[in-house]
Amino acid sequence: MADALATPGTHGDHPGSTKRDFLKLTAVAFAAVGTGAIVWPFVSQLAPARDVLALASTDVDIGPITVGQAVTVMWRGKPVFLRHRTEEEIAAARAVPMDELKDPATDESRVQRAPWLVVVGVCTHLGCIPLGQKPTDPKGDYGGWFCPCHGSHYDTSARIRKGPAPLNLPVPGYAFTSDTAIRIG
Amino acid sequence: MAGGLHDSQIANPVIRWIDQRLPVFTMMQKEYGVFPTPRNFNYFWNFGALAMINLVIMIVTGIVLAMHYTPHVTMAFDSVERIMRDVNFGWLIRYAHANGASMFFIVVYIHIWRGMYYGSFKAPRELLWMLGVVIFLLMMATAFMGYVLPWGQMSFWGATVITNLFSAIPLVGDTIVTYLWGGFSVDNPTLNRFFSLHYLLPFVITGVVFLHIAALHITGSNNPLGIEPKGPQDTLPFHPYYTIKDSVGIVVYLMVFAVLVFFAPNYLGHPDNYIPANPMVTPAHIVPEWYFLPFYAILRAVPDKLGGVLLMGGSIVLLFVLPWLDTSKVRSLRFRPISRVLFLLWTINFFVLMWCGAKPAEQPYVLISQISTMIYFGYFLVALPLLGRFERPLPLPESIAVAVLGPKALGAGPLPGGVTAKPMEKA
Repeated sequence: MADALATPGTHGDHPGSTKRDFLKLTAVAFAAVGTGAIVWPFVSQLAPARDVLALASTDVDIGPITVGQAVTVMWRGKPVFLRHRTEEEIAAARAVPMDELKDPATDESRVQRAPWLVVVGVCTHLGCIPLGQKPTDPKGDYGGWFCPCHGSHYDTSARIRKGPAPLNLPVPGYAFTSDTAIRIG
Repeated sequence: MAGGLHDSQIANPVIRWIDQRLPVFTMMQKEYGVFPTPRNFNYFWNFGALAMINLVIMIVTGIVLAMHYTPHVTMAFDSVERIMRDVNFGWLIRYAHANGASMFFIVVYIHIWRGMYYGSFKAPRELLWMLGVVIFLLMMATAFMGYVLPWGQMSFWGATVITNLFSAIPLVGDTIVTYLWGGFSVDNPTLNRFFSLHYLLPFVITGVVFLHIAALHITGSNNPLGIEPKGPQDTLPFHPYYTIKDSVGIVVYLMVFAVLVFFAPNYLGHPDNYIPANPMVTPAHIVPEWYFLPFYAILRAVPDKLGGVLLMGGSIVLLFVLPWLDTSKVRSLRFRPISRVLFLLWTINFFVLMWCGAKPAEQPYVLISQISTMIYFGYFLVALPLLGRFERPLPLPESIAVAVLGPKALGAGPLPGGVTAKPMEKA
């Protein structure tokens, strides 16, 4: 220390660097790491907790769902639409040319087994739940779903066809655990 | 002062623009930059800043805990366990909050002790001191209600015992207790209002802390010699001298805090509070948190319900009139040989009361509590008024500079950085 004070500007490996520069750099570096270490837990606690993550998958028995019927199940606090589609609905979905679609995707890419359409039932515009699950609901111009909030129409593959929504209803990760059961998530 | 704007000395044009309209930068510079501070502080003068840091830690961790906590009798305990097990870093944030309360009391007790030893409560700082006592009382209320929230056995029975203190009040006592509870026992309405008030009071504390600091910056700080600075040679600018000294204290404080949180998070707690509250069974041995033990011992020392409550309250209320009980003009006990010894004995006695408070209410602890209670009050009500009259203090140093630097201070030698040559802003 006495050396550094006696010959300022000549200490250290690099000419012009002083002991004070070193002290400042190390102090600032430690303060930055320390601040990060304090902020980290406070940001991390905002993320879903373990018990929330533990409930992130939902099992559904699809045995009782007959052709043409639709059910809504809750997954991660959101509705998931399951529709047991008719032959006509599948045919209609597969007949659409790609260039007519706002968010092009083939029907084959959106299902694992043709009769079963599984999509998250949250409109991609601003998060409302589209109508079309109940037999009495309006199903929109394309026989799928219709969002009453701002008038988005989805087809029988839950693809956006008309209205302000930018994207198709998303397909969640799911798997057939047997012929009559699926697990979402 | 053109156009009603503040005459800012700040060079940076953006900051200057703000400062001319809202002179917060000028104020910070005046109150924490060049603020003339006695040059002879020892490390006891860190504890005000530490208390401030501690308050911030409690509010930040507390707000986060409130995001995950459920104030309902059937869910409170489980929601706290969920914080410990499921919420990311919930264990860390809760342990920091729980041990932060203990750290807060350690810091504040040392801060109060410092004020008593060096006579910081004496004129002209009486109101500053009294505001501090208000903060202390608010802290006790906040800590008590916070301890109820996890809804364990100690939470429940602590709440029951402490609220029942008010039943000692003649005539209206039972009504007051019913109103505190919002029912006929400590129950869900009690938990809800305690949560509400536990969230509110820290912000009330923040307000009183602001007044406490505002009053401090009118009188300026006391110092270990207890004599007022007589001129610029007796003071240093707050920054960088005391910002850096406080930083050293903060590092040590955080190390102690970290040891508690990471190695002994339940050392100061009570295992019975990990048993969910049961209104049908009282634990065999209930004790308050360690920081309430001395007052709890005073409560139990008196074999009369109302008398015990009054004496316990009186033991703290007495602090409000301390500036008038101590009749000596000399502030620092360094120059009061008899008072110094008696105050150190009083300090030991405080720890004896703390120890008694943790023991069961049986002999010999009751007798020891009674003797200690008499010593506690005797110091304030008998010793201090008489000492001021009969004690012969040691000669006070001529000035802080002379005491710190020796006779060379009189020769007006070069002062560090020339900064102390600035005129004092306050006498």
